[in-house]
Amino acid sequence: MRKRQTATSEHADMTRQMTGAKMVVQALIDQGVDTVFGYPGGAVLPIYDEVFQQNSIKHILVRHEQGAVHAAEGYARATGKPGVCLVTSGPGATNAVTGLTDALMDSIPIIVLTGQVPTFMIGSDAFQEADTVGITRPCTKHNWLVKETDKLSDVIHEAFHVATSGRPGPVLIDIPKDVQFATGSYNAPKPSTSHYQPQVKGDMEAITELVAALEVAKRPVFYTGGGVINSGPEASQLLRELVSSTGFPITSTLMGLGCYPASGKHWLGMLGMHGLYEANMAMHDCDLMINIGARFDDRITGRIDAFSPRSKKAHIDIDPSSINKVIKADIPIVGDVGHVLEDILKVWKSRGRKTNSAAVAKWWGQIEEWKKVDCLKFKQGPKTIKPQHALARLEALTKDHDRYICTEVGQHQMWAAQYLNFEDPNRWMTSGGLGTMGYGFPASIGVQMGHPDALVINVAGEASWLMNMQELGTAMQFNLPVKQFILNNERLGMVRQWQELLHGERYSHSWSESLPDFVKLAEAFGAKGIICSDPADLDDAIMEMINHDGPVLFDCLVEKHENCFPMIPSGKAHNEMLLGEADTQGVIDAKGSVLV
Amino acid sequence: MSALKLKKGSTSHSAYNLRPTFSDVIEKHTLAVLVENEPGVLARVIGLFAGRGYNIESLTVAEVDHQGHLSRITIVTTGTPQVIEQIKAQLGRIVSVHEVHDLTVEGPSVERELAMFKVAGQGDKRVEALRLADIFRANVVDSTLETFIFEITGAPEKIDAFADLMRPLGLTEVARTGVAALPRGD
Ligand SMILES: Cc1ncc(C[n+]2csc(CCOP(=O)(O)OP(=O)(O)O)c2C)c(N)n1
Ligand SMILES: [Mg+2]
Repeated sequence: MRKRQTATSEHADMTRQMTGAKMVVQALIDQGVDTVFGYPGGAVLPIYDEVFQQNSIKHILVRHEQGAVHAAEGYARATGKPGVCLVTSGPGATNAVTGLTDALMDSIPIIVLTGQVPTFMIGSDAFQEADTVGITRPCTKHNWLVKETDKLSDVIHEAFHVATSGRPGPVLIDIPKDVQFATGSYNAPKPSTSHYQPQVKGDMEAITELVAALEVAKRPVFYTGGGVINSGPEASQLLRELVSSTGFPITSTLMGLGCYPASGKHWLGMLGMHGLYEANMAMHDCDLMINIGARFDDRITGRIDAFSPRSKKAHIDIDPSSINKVIKADIPIVGDVGHVLEDILKVWKSRGRKTNSAAVAKWWGQIEEWKKVDCLKFKQGPKTIKPQHALARLEALTKDHDRYICTEVGQHQMWAAQYLNFEDPNRWMTSGGLGTMGYGFPASIGVQMGHPDALVINVAGEASWLMNMQELGTAMQFNLPVKQFILNNERLGMVRQWQELLHGERYSHSWSESLPDFVKLAEAFGAKGIICSDPADLDDAIMEMINHDGPVLFDCLVEKHENCFPMIPSGKAHNEMLLGEADTQGVIDAKGSVLV
Repeated sequence: MSALKLKKGSTSHSAYNLRPTFSDVIEKHTLAVLVENEPGVLARVIGLFAGRGYNIESLTVAEVDHQGHLSRITIVTTGTPQVIEQIKAQLGRIVSVHEVHDLTVEGPSVERELAMFKVAGQGDKRVEALRLADIFRANVVDSTLETFIFEITGAPEKIDAFADLMRPLGLTEVARTGVAALPRGD
């Protein structure tokens, strides 16, 4: 549903002669691009020369190409516009591979432009030659090697079309240096005539079947995912309307947080491996599951043959390959979430807005019982800061800000998903599918570029953060006041947790020695560093972070051996959740503890 | 950790017990895939099969529409019904793929393969090879005093049968094109 802005240039349908390098810049301007994340090198120098001679596009010089791609991802997720990167051949391109894979797994539209050795040297093992299209074929939605300057502008426009239509994803254009130097004719963007036009409207018969199922469901649950966010803000609006008018409970994957407000009456919280008890129990016991833009990832389903055994399952997805890939759908609907929701609402209203309200009320009664388990409770003592407490305070002190949250990967990421509340889409940037440590910091830089005045916070683990710490230089150079909130447990916490639970407490290489002094590290870059270890100081320290006008590295020393609960161990069913600390304190009733 | 009932020092073997519960009957399907004739398109298709662990029994490719810039890839693959559906859906999402047809389920179709066999021998064996070639409507496309090259077209099973017969008669080399297939009627 998202409409991309296309600036129509004066010369809309005229072709103009220019060099390939100039075409790149012109095409980006015509596609409405305002920001490019990149890093120069020999094979892209002609393009950098053009970047130098214009003012329409801001170029953000990152410190590592992986950072450029994650920054573009962050920018794309926070703005709804595609992100753009420019990197050189060889090592520049190979450094982009992790980001491309990350964007592919999370369906994030980005366009990566890579330089390549001149066409006449391709295949000769030239200096900084790599088979970039070969290497990136499996980690892009599509890629192109452009060998003629005359074709360059059309390929760039098509790349934007492919990246943003259907299920979004990363695309890459490899541009040899001679193609950048040569002159050719530039075509302005026009409506795509390519054969690639994914279906957006859902099948009306299937939609009617789903509406009929909604009308009689006794224990329904909406299971939503990143597809709602990718479909655009209108889709989230329609979802909210459907939820409030049916009164059905709703949960979401990690990727979908914010599509329905956490303060909403029908919100069950996140589901999945570290999801909330009530959300997972509702998934397990429901009789109608309405999957909207999620993909039955293994972190969601747990053991497949025990996954929601008694439910009818509807699955709305724009990618036909998602349907029946893992879980058989009883009502499959291929289409864009926004379009399909619009039709569902239309049909449901025209049939008299029916639901089985008596049964649904009883279902809510059951859900309220599950909520009483209070699966996120924790005890904050006087001495050490619990990571959950740090996030609860961060939530309390920042929730009224125009706030965007990124994360790295690990326990802190799951706690952030559990303890921070998201009221709107596009406010939560986390590496879901690939689980890329090092994602969050550069992503926060991209988000801040898209929203210069917003409060952008990256909730980080100390180990993940170190994976792309060089980007502190970027944040300083471009005055991007991103806040790095590091929950420092001096451990690869999530790895340590698995070793504790599944590998006999043999903690093989899951702690970090020789961690830097983060305050000094911040200062070395000219940024502000804050360290906090006393629960009594936490609020003031967080306020100091928020109020500082510039990048902040916040070293929050937390409990080192805290585990992240609830947890469905891999290979277990939704109702075999571990509630952890709560268990050992005997707070769950007899019925609850047999589940563990 | 008591919750998992694992003793300290022990190990839970698999954290990934996630096998789906779909049917496990293996089927053979012939797929016709119309693709943009551009560099790398075959690598995309083959890469998909390799990357996702699908089988390729045979694969043929050639341009079929010069003006429309289209090539036709015919793939014979095997898998459970669910895997076959996945293969089709995954092929369909490759941007350079225009159409995917499952000839095995879309009604009757005709499958043909071309093969060349080099058979070396003298005396009776040479005569017998020639006689069998005649029965199978294989053509002699080259001969020397010691060898024949037969050319044979037909369904893969017919070619397999011919190969079985030629083996004891001095079969030294085989080249097969893989299956090309078209649906019957319109
Ligand atoms: C690039 C990469 N390497 C390894 C992993 C495996 N991994 C997942 S979580 C984790 C530990 C993360 O530690 P930290 O960032 O300190 O977060 P914590 O779990 O302690 O909150 C590791 C090593 C990964 N996800 N990504
Ligand atoms: Mg850590």
